[in-house]
Amino acid sequence: MKIILNIWRQKNATSAGKMVRYEMPNVSEHMSFLEMIDVLNEELTKKGEDPVAFEHDCREGICGCCGFMIDGIPHGPQRGTTVCQLHMRHYKDGDEVWLEPFRAKAFPVIKDLMVDRSAFDRIISSGGYISINTGSAPDGNNLPVIKKCSDQAMDSASCIGCGACVASCPNASASLFVSAKITHLGQLPQGQAERDRRAMRMVLKMTEEGFGYCTNTGECEAVCPKGIKIENIARMHRDYIKASVLYREESKAGGAG
Amino acid sequence: MALNLDSKIPSGPIEQKWDKAKFDMKLVNPSNKRKYNVIVVGSGLAGGAAAASMGELGYNVKCFCFQDSPRRAHSIAAQGGVNAAKSYPNDGDSIYRLFYDTIKGGDFRAREADVWRLAQVSNNIIDQCVAQGVPFAREYGGVLANRSFGGAQVSRTFYARGQTGQQLLLGAYQALERQIDAGTVKMFYRSEMLDLIVIDGRARGIITRDLVTGAVDVHVADAVVLGTGGYGNAFFLSTNAKGCNTTAIWRAYKKGAGFGNPCFTQIHPTCIPQSGDYQSKLTLMSESLRNDGRIWVPKKKNDTRPANTIPEDERDYYLERRYPAFGNLCPRDIASRAAKICCDEGYGVGPGGKGVYLDFAESIGRLGRKTIEERYGNLFEIYERITGDDPYAEPMRIYPAVHYTMGGLWVDYNLQSTIPGLFVLGEANFSDHGANRLGASALMQGLADGYFVIPYTMGNYLAQVKPGGVDANHPECRAAKDAVDARTKKFLSIQGKKTVDEIHRELGKVMWEDCGMARNAAGLDRAIKRIPEIREEFWNNVKIPGSGAELNQSLERAGRVADFLELGELMCRDARTREESCGGHFREEYQTPEGEALRDDEKFCHAAVWEYQGDNKEPVRNIEPLAFEHVHLAQRNYK
Repeated sequence: MKIILNIWRQKNATSAGKMVRYEMPNVSEHMSFLEMIDVLNEELTKKGEDPVAFEHDCREGICGCCGFMIDGIPHGPQRGTTVCQLHMRHYKDGDEVWLEPFRAKAFPVIKDLMVDRSAFDRIISSGGYISINTGSAPDGNNLPVIKKCSDQAMDSASCIGCGACVASCPNASASLFVSAKITHLGQLPQGQAERDRRAMRMVLKMTEEGFGYCTNTGECEAVCPKGIKIENIARMHRDYIKASVLYREESKAGGAG
Repeated sequence: MALNLDSKIPSGPIEQKWDKAKFDMKLVNPSNKRKYNVIVVGSGLAGGAAAASMGELGYNVKCFCFQDSPRRAHSIAAQGGVNAAKSYPNDGDSIYRLFYDTIKGGDFRAREADVWRLAQVSNNIIDQCVAQGVPFAREYGGVLANRSFGGAQVSRTFYARGQTGQQLLLGAYQALERQIDAGTVKMFYRSEMLDLIVIDGRARGIITRDLVTGAVDVHVADAVVLGTGGYGNAFFLSTNAKGCNTTAIWRAYKKGAGFGNPCFTQIHPTCIPQSGDYQSKLTLMSESLRNDGRIWVPKKKNDTRPANTIPEDERDYYLERRYPAFGNLCPRDIASRAAKICCDEGYGVGPGGKGVYLDFAESIGRLGRKTIEERYGNLFEIYERITGDDPYAEPMRIYPAVHYTMGGLWVDYNLQSTIPGLFVLGEANFSDHGANRLGASALMQGLADGYFVIPYTMGNYLAQVKPGGVDANHPECRAAKDAVDARTKKFLSIQGKKTVDEIHRELGKVMWEDCGMARNAAGLDRAIKRIPEIREEFWNNVKIPGSGAELNQSLERAGRVADFLELGELMCRDARTREESCGGHFREEYQTPEGEALRDDEKFCHAAVWEYQGDNKEPVRNIEPLAFEHVHLAQRNYK
C-alpha cells in the first residue's frame, strides 16, 4: 500500500525545523512502523540525503527508546503499543500521517524525531530507589510481601520511561512517570523507610526540571504504552502532601547517614 | 607470543574456592579507594551492577552507555527469569545441582570453579534484588514464587511476570542512579567506546565518541571494565536490540585480549518467524511458554491446512516423542535443532515452511484461559501485535533465531582478560555457559559478575597498582585517539553505493547459512573465503552520509558493522577448527547415529582462545584445557 509521510526534520537542537513530505509507494501490512522508516532511510541514504534520525533499540516495546508523535498521538493510534510494535496493518492504502518529536520544555529536540529525556534519569537519581548497598540484604523470604501489593508494585514498575505521558500532557507534566516509581517502591515494605524523602525529592526535582503540574487531564493514561494508571498520581500526591508536613532532612547525627 | 591463559583457579575443595579467594585478596584501604579511577563500559545487568557496587565501595567510577539512558541496556528485554539455588520449593535443588545442571547444560565446555561460584552467589542475587524493591512474583502467603524454566527439573527460577530482565535492570539502574546522586559514579550517556588504551601492558583507558556532538574524547583510569553484552548481531537478524554490538570487545581483542570460543552461539528455539526482507530484528517469545505450550508439526509434509483443522493423530509432537523425559522442556540447542530438522525435511508450517507450532489449546483446556493469561498475557499480546494472529485461538508459529553468544573475551577466575587491568563481565566474557546457556542463567551471570565478583577482584587488582600516573596527553592515548579519528574520516570518505545495512545483511546471510544451527567444513571454508570479500566491498563501496561532527546514526552503524565483518570471520574460523559438536556448536560431521551432538573430549575438552596477529593475518588459536573433577564427562542425555 501507499503511505504518505510528513516528517519533522530538524538538523540539531539550535536549528529551525520543518515538515518534509515523503511518499512510500510499497508498504507491506506486516511491516512495523519503524521498519517502514528503515526502508525510507535506506532510500534517502542512496540518494545522498540525510536519513531521518529516530530513537530505537530493542524493537520489542520494552527498552523505552522509541517514541514520537504520529498525528498528534505519542506512539500512534493503537492503544498500549510503542511505535516499534505498531504495525502497518492498522493503516490503509493512501493514508497520510504526520510525525513529530515529543514536544516538552524538559525534552529538548536533539535531531529530527529524537529528544533528550535525561531529565527522567535525574528525577530517578534524586530519590527513585531504595538505599541498600550490595551485599547487605537479608534472605529474600525474610520479608513477606502481600501478593496484592507486590502485583500493584509490578503494575507501576512496568513503566518503560519512554516519555509519552509528558508528550501527551497539555502541561508537559511528568507526573505519571514520577508517580509510577513512587507507587512501585511505596507499595513494598522495603520502600517504607525512604517513602517521605522519595516523594519530597522526586516531586521537587520534577518541577525543577521544567515539567508542569498535573491537572487531571488524563491524556497520559490514555497514551501510556504500558497501561500505567492515573491512580498512581493520586498516590504520589498523597505521599507528597504527607511528606511536606512530616519530612525532615536527614541528620548525620548518630551515624554515617 | 602465546597468550598467558593462567585461569587462576584457587586451590582447595570446589565449595570453598570462592571464600578462600576472597580471603586471599588484597584490600584497598577505605580512604584510598577514591584515589582510584575505574571505567565501566555498559550499563546493563553486569556493567550497571558493577558501576553501582564499586561506587558504593568508594571508587571513582565513570560509566558509559551508548543509549540515551542506562535504563535502556538490552538486559531489559530478558523475559523469563533468573535462576538461584534457594530451593524454596523443597524440590531437591542445591548449589551443587545448579552447578551440575549448568556444567552439563553447557556440554562440558565451561570452567567448573567459575560455574560453582556462579551457583553459590545466585542466592545473594535474589536477596539483593528483593531488598532493592524488585517486584518478583509472590505466592498468596507473601513468599517468593518459583517456576521451572528451560531444561530444569526443579523450580528455581524467580520471575517478574514476563519482564524479569526489565525489573532486575531497573533495580541495578536505580542503585546506579543513587551512586550518581552520591557523586561516586559519573555517567556518560550517548557515548560509545571506540578503542581501548593500553599503556605498559595495562588497560588504562578508553576512547569514546559523543554520539550527539561527535566529539572524540580520551578517558584514562586505573582499570577498565567491559560489560558490553554479546555479539549476536553479527548475524544481522537476531533477537538482540538493534544497537547491540561487538565494538568494545573487538577493539580490546585487537589490543591484545584473547577471544574465547567465538563460535559458541545460542540459537533460541522460540522466536517469531521472519515476515519479510525489510525486517531487521527478530522477536523472542520467552521460553517459559514451553512450560505450558506443546510443540508440534503436521505428520504430513507441506501440509497447508489451518492448524486447528489438523486432527490430533496427524500431529507430530516431536520433542515429546524424541525426548520423553524432558519433552518440550529440553535445552535450547536441542529444541532449536529439532525444529530446523523438521523444517528442512519439509514438515515446517507458515510462509516458506519456516516455522513449527507452539500450541496452548491443551493447557487452556486444563488450566483455563485466565491462568494462561496471567502467566503469559504480555507474551501473547506481543505475538498478536506482531503477527496479527490470536494465539488463544490458534497455535503460535515459532522458529529458532540467534539469541545469545556464549563466547566472548577470555577471562580468568577474577574476570580479568589477558590484558591486565581489563575486566570483562556478563555476556561479553566467555566464562560460565560453555557451549550452551540454560534459560534464566544470563541474568544470573550478569548480576553475579557485577554485584558479587568484580567488587572483590577489582580491589585485589587495584591494591597492587599505584593510582594515576597517566593523562590524556600520553603518547598511547594520543595515538589511540588519532586512530579513531582516522577511521571515522576513512568511513566518510568512501562514498560508495551500498548502505551499511545492505552489507550487514549480506554478512548475516553468510553467517546464518554457514555458521548457524548446523555447520560443516565445506560451508565454513566457503564463509572464511566470502567474508573478507564482503569486508573488501564495505571498505570500498559503503555509503555513509553526513559528517563525523554531528549526530550520525549511519556512521555509528558503520563502525559496528566494520567490526562484525572481522569478528564474523573469526567465528567461522573457530567453528571450523573445533572439529566436534558440543552444545550450540553442531558440526554435521560429528553426530551420533540418532543425530545428537557428538563431543570429542580427547581433542577438544578445552576453551579455544584466539589471539590477534594484525589485520589480514591469521589469528593464533591458543587453548585453555578444562578439567572436570566434580561432574563426570558424559554425553548429554535428555531422553
